[in-house]
Amino acid sequence: MSNFPNNERPALAPDGPSEAALDAWVYTPARKAGRFAKWRNPIGIAGAIIVGLNIFIAFFGTYFWTIDPNELVAIRLQSPSWAHPMGTDDLGRDVFARIIHGAQVSLQVGIISVSIAFGLGVCLGLLAGFFGGWLDSVLMRFVDLMFALPGLVLAIVIAGMLGPNRRNAMIAIGIVIAPAFARVVRGAVLEVMGFPFVESTRALGSSHLRVMGRHVIPNIAAPLIVLVTVYLATAILSEAALSFLGLGTQPPEASWGGMLNSARSYLDIAPWLSIFPGLAIMVVVLGFNFLGDGLRDILDPRLGPHVGSAEKK
Amino acid sequence: MGGYVLKRMIYMVPTLVGISILIFMMVRLLPGDIVTVLAGADIGSDPELIEKAREQLGLTGSYPEQYWRWISGVLQGDLGDSLRNSEPVSTVLLNALPITAELVFLGLLIATVVGVPLGVLSAVKRDSKHDFVARVGGLIGVSIPSFFLATLLLLFTSRVFGWVPPLNYVPIYEDPIENLSQFILPAISISVFTLAMVMRMVRATMLEVLGQDYVRTARAKGVRRKVVISRHALRNALIPVVTVVGFEIGILMGGSAIVEIIFGLPGLGNTLINAIFNRDYPVVQGATMLLAFIFIFANLLVDLLYGVLDPRISQE
Repeated sequence: MSNFPNNERPALAPDGPSEAALDAWVYTPARKAGRFAKWRNPIGIAGAIIVGLNIFIAFFGTYFWTIDPNELVAIRLQSPSWAHPMGTDDLGRDVFARIIHGAQVSLQVGIISVSIAFGLGVCLGLLAGFFGGWLDSVLMRFVDLMFALPGLVLAIVIAGMLGPNRRNAMIAIGIVIAPAFARVVRGAVLEVMGFPFVESTRALGSSHLRVMGRHVIPNIAAPLIVLVTVYLATAILSEAALSFLGLGTQPPEASWGGMLNSARSYLDIAPWLSIFPGLAIMVVVLGFNFLGDGLRDILDPRLGPHVGSAEKK
Repeated sequence: MGGYVLKRMIYMVPTLVGISILIFMMVRLLPGDIVTVLAGADIGSDPELIEKAREQLGLTGSYPEQYWRWISGVLQGDLGDSLRNSEPVSTVLLNALPITAELVFLGLLIATVVGVPLGVLSAVKRDSKHDFVARVGGLIGVSIPSFFLATLLLLFTSRVFGWVPPLNYVPIYEDPIENLSQFILPAISISVFTLAMVMRMVRATMLEVLGQDYVRTARAKGVRRKVVISRHALRNALIPVVTVVGFEIGILMGGSAIVEIIFGLPGLGNTLINAIFNRDYPVVQGATMLLAFIFIFANLLVDLLYGVLDPRISQE
């Protein structure tokens, strides 16, 4: 049942409660308060604010801070000041401008690589869960194989072999994340397929495509939303790691991982070069994780208000 | 039990075969032919020399033939030779393995020793200030990239204590103190993610266990609170920790690559990255295969241990 959005009534057995009882159940004040309380989720809201701010900076940051991230604007290795709030780097470029550019890069990588994973994973998961049988076995064996390789190692090897640049890093991250989507989607599809309404819509003559599009996909949306949020964090972190290793975004273009790497040689004399990009990665990843945590509380009633807090008195 | 272990070991074989095929194909299908790279640099474009190089690298014949040659070598412990200095790949990997193993061991040790008590405290004092700090701290711990943490630690020790860890690797049997002072910061860096996971996990399971009937019974018959928590509740709450820690062994063996690079430790991850930049095929293939093997084997161990620790889980 866990995959129903909260505003949908659960399927009832024929001898379930009467209409009136059902209405009373749905519209009692306690129920309303309970439903509303779920949205009062400080961690989720903090996450939403961080993520919103990050998206805003990525899209509009350059309108407010017009310095070119690649221009040599000042004396090199200047500490933070009013003119350059995050200081300048080893070539005299404005660190704040580069951080803003890095926000665009990380958001782009996050969105594109999660889209790749989403496309691949949802297709595989839907096919496996919907049709079952040998197709399911073959696809899931393949997914198991992908899971038997440690993620970062796989990403490093794929990105390294394809050639170090951002496009290949996005492909590598997408491929590495895809099996997780396939597995979750398959599980959710199997759960939905077991409900009586799927059987009844089939009995009414719905085609495969209609069952899938109208009945299965809407019902697996909730776990998918959570999954996307959480894996956006993973993708952004992976891009930073790959860029740090020199396998992602290539200098001179600014990316948080790359900035952190080139700042290493100046750790003693210019610590701000390391601190700001590192903080940026951490805060954004934290934001997506917070948001994912909050969304899970709201969308997955099975887990209750706090993950794992069994309220047995 | 013995039969079950054997059965699980046998189940591992098809997975390993699948993985080896996957790695083999990955290295070959991805663009960027090693021979053309080498040809440009060292041996020129003489077709005869190129053919010779291919032969030396085991790149002649059909893919199945190549795979068979590689895998039969692997089974005999022969992973080929490094293209860079002609050292056997097995030697390269065996030199790197103990370094990464020590790093991962220390990291997981820190994670468990610190994470378990924090989780217990957080569960016992649920909804207190401490609990909130621990929960938020847990989320921060899962979000902070290990390489940023490593940088911060370096910065902190050099600013506050005026100390930076030595950058030339010394084996533990030569100079244990020098060795440990080298490993302490990287170990802390890689431990934080697992520490946070362990803490969250212990908190969640402790809360569940503390609500069980047998815990109330124990309290009712007069067992002291401390004893109930440590003897009755914690024992059960530790089972999932085994899963997390075992799973992390596999992940960290390759995942510590960045931390290894920052601290100049010539471990497995460091070796893999260098091999990728040098397009040193045999080493990439061998290191990936070794990491995958450790990962699968660690997961198997976790499954087996799980059955031993929790007899309720049926083994069939």
